[in-house]
Amino acid sequence: MAQTVTQTNNVPVKPTQETASSPWRDAWKTLRRNKMALVGFAIILFFILVAVLAPWIAPYAYDEGSLTDRNLAPSAEHWFGTDYNGRDVFSRIVYGAQISLWVGFFSVVGSIIAGTFLGLIAGYYGRWTDTLISRVFDIMLAFPSILLAIAIVAILGPSLQNALMAIAIINIPTYGRLVRAKVLSLKEEEFIMAARAIGMKDSRILLHHILPNSLAPIIVTGTLGIASAIIEAAALGFLGLGAQPPEPEWGKMLADSRQYIQKAPWTVIFPGLSIMLTVLGFNLVGDGLRDALDPRMKN
Amino acid sequence: MVEDLLTVTHLKKYYPITGGVLGKVVGQVKAVDDVSFSVKKGETLGLVGESGCGKSTTGRSILRLIEPTEGQVLFEGKDVTKLSKEEMRLMRRDMQIIFQDPFASLNPRHTVRKILEEPLLVHGIGDKKEREKRVDELLEVVGLSSYHASRFPHQFSGGQRQRIGIARALTLNPKLIICDEPVSALDVSVQSQILNLLQDLQRDFGLTYVFIAHDLSVVRHISDRVGVMYLGRIVEMASKDALYEKPLHPYTQALLSAAPNPDPDAKRDRIILQGDLPSPANPPSGCTFRTRCPLVKDICMSARPEFKDAGNGHFVACHLYNE
Repeated sequence: MAQTVTQTNNVPVKPTQETASSPWRDAWKTLRRNKMALVGFAIILFFILVAVLAPWIAPYAYDEGSLTDRNLAPSAEHWFGTDYNGRDVFSRIVYGAQISLWVGFFSVVGSIIAGTFLGLIAGYYGRWTDTLISRVFDIMLAFPSILLAIAIVAILGPSLQNALMAIAIINIPTYGRLVRAKVLSLKEEEFIMAARAIGMKDSRILLHHILPNSLAPIIVTGTLGIASAIIEAAALGFLGLGAQPPEPEWGKMLADSRQYIQKAPWTVIFPGLSIMLTVLGFNLVGDGLRDALDPRMKN
Repeated sequence: MVEDLLTVTHLKKYYPITGGVLGKVVGQVKAVDDVSFSVKKGETLGLVGESGCGKSTTGRSILRLIEPTEGQVLFEGKDVTKLSKEEMRLMRRDMQIIFQDPFASLNPRHTVRKILEEPLLVHGIGDKKEREKRVDELLEVVGLSSYHASRFPHQFSGGQRQRIGIARALTLNPKLIICDEPVSALDVSVQSQILNLLQDLQRDFGLTYVFIAHDLSVVRHISDRVGVMYLGRIVEMASKDALYEKPLHPYTQALLSAAPNPDPDAKRDRIILQGDLPSPANPPSGCTFRTRCPLVKDICMSARPEFKDAGNGHFVACHLYNE
């Protein structure tokens, strides 16, 4: 992309109407007009800021509490109250944003990289490579994904790192199939045949022609995927297979507090609300991106 | 005597039909079935025929964009079908193609500059400055301007895009260009512009064309010689005047009689063919045209007619001329 920009600048551009409208720039324009997507952006940005600035925002340490202050209701001192260990819920949620965004982002990046690589190879080379990769994907998709994640964590041992890895692994087939399908349709396009006709190597065709043209659905699915990865991480945390105490993972906080739901509902409500809001933010942006990147939505 | 630039002999492309649970090959679609012809340097050879007769497959097999099943493609004396992947890649500098659909043949995410620069980049020709100069030059050659280079394909009309496609084919200074229905997707007024451009380029750069089309008048306008294809085979090939004035093969006669005549008062003797185009998966025995031929004889059922010279380089594959 950077190269295109510099080239555009070199050319004596007629000032009137000669601004190149690249497909990506068009998509950005469409996205900016979408109010719900902007709301989603705002939510994500908010949580990113919270995560980055956690040490300055959080009034207390996330792993320190006094047993005399157990299950206190929200007050000026403890905005979201305290949990069964007397720890400040607000501080824990602020630090938990770091964990959730980190897990969501990196697990999706991991599955996208692996899935895209496998999907490109399967789709472009076909034959036995395709059969092999596709069947492995089918087998993985035959398991309920959370069950597979539990199995992987059980093998690797329960920890946040391993939960992230498990979430990345179970989502590889989603991206792999998506990319493979896109490659299969792109491969038949005339501009790919034209690329072969001018004597382009396979690697260049894949990286310069097929990959950029399959990026749109990957971005959309990836954005929505962050939301489900956050939920999956919370679920693993809830089952005790993800974050280990005293790490303030939102799912884990929910799980630990559920026996106090009658006595101290705030210990459940606020982590739940945080998960819901983050997921909502990513889903809104994902939907907006889908509309912006879909050529059929152009008017 | 001008030498042959391209000689195609016994070119075949069969597609397997698989069936059953095990994916066994149960039949073959004979898209191109034993096609032979040669093209002289600087000449334009037209290939006409109905949709599905194998014109495009022939063109693409010559460039090995589709791997031919059998046969030889000699380009400047070298058998293209025997080249390794890397040798073929380098060979592509000399043989190019212009595609039918100018909307599908340009990468929608690349600027025109990038599209035209890429062939040079891929073959390591020139530095950044020289490549830029070449792109500007090419755009002028095909009737666009250098300021178009920063635009994307979707910002152009169909005719303009086809000019970009032509410019891309010219980038590497090829000797042979396969024109795969280059004007079929364009308006009539734009068609003539593109045809004239192709003729100018041929004169200026000494190009050789294999021109594939289904429009008889277009082929007549641009070609020196014309081959007529039916069901994967060439049934007749002659200089354009001989073919259009005195067609020999019954299929060519029927095809020409169906071409629209601009004179509304002209009396037309149309030969209406009976029946449908047979399936190329199960072509008729002997002469493939016998099922629809008005002049069918007994021998047509049993023997495939040879592709023979009926005098003055007028080749025809028909038993009527096989005395």
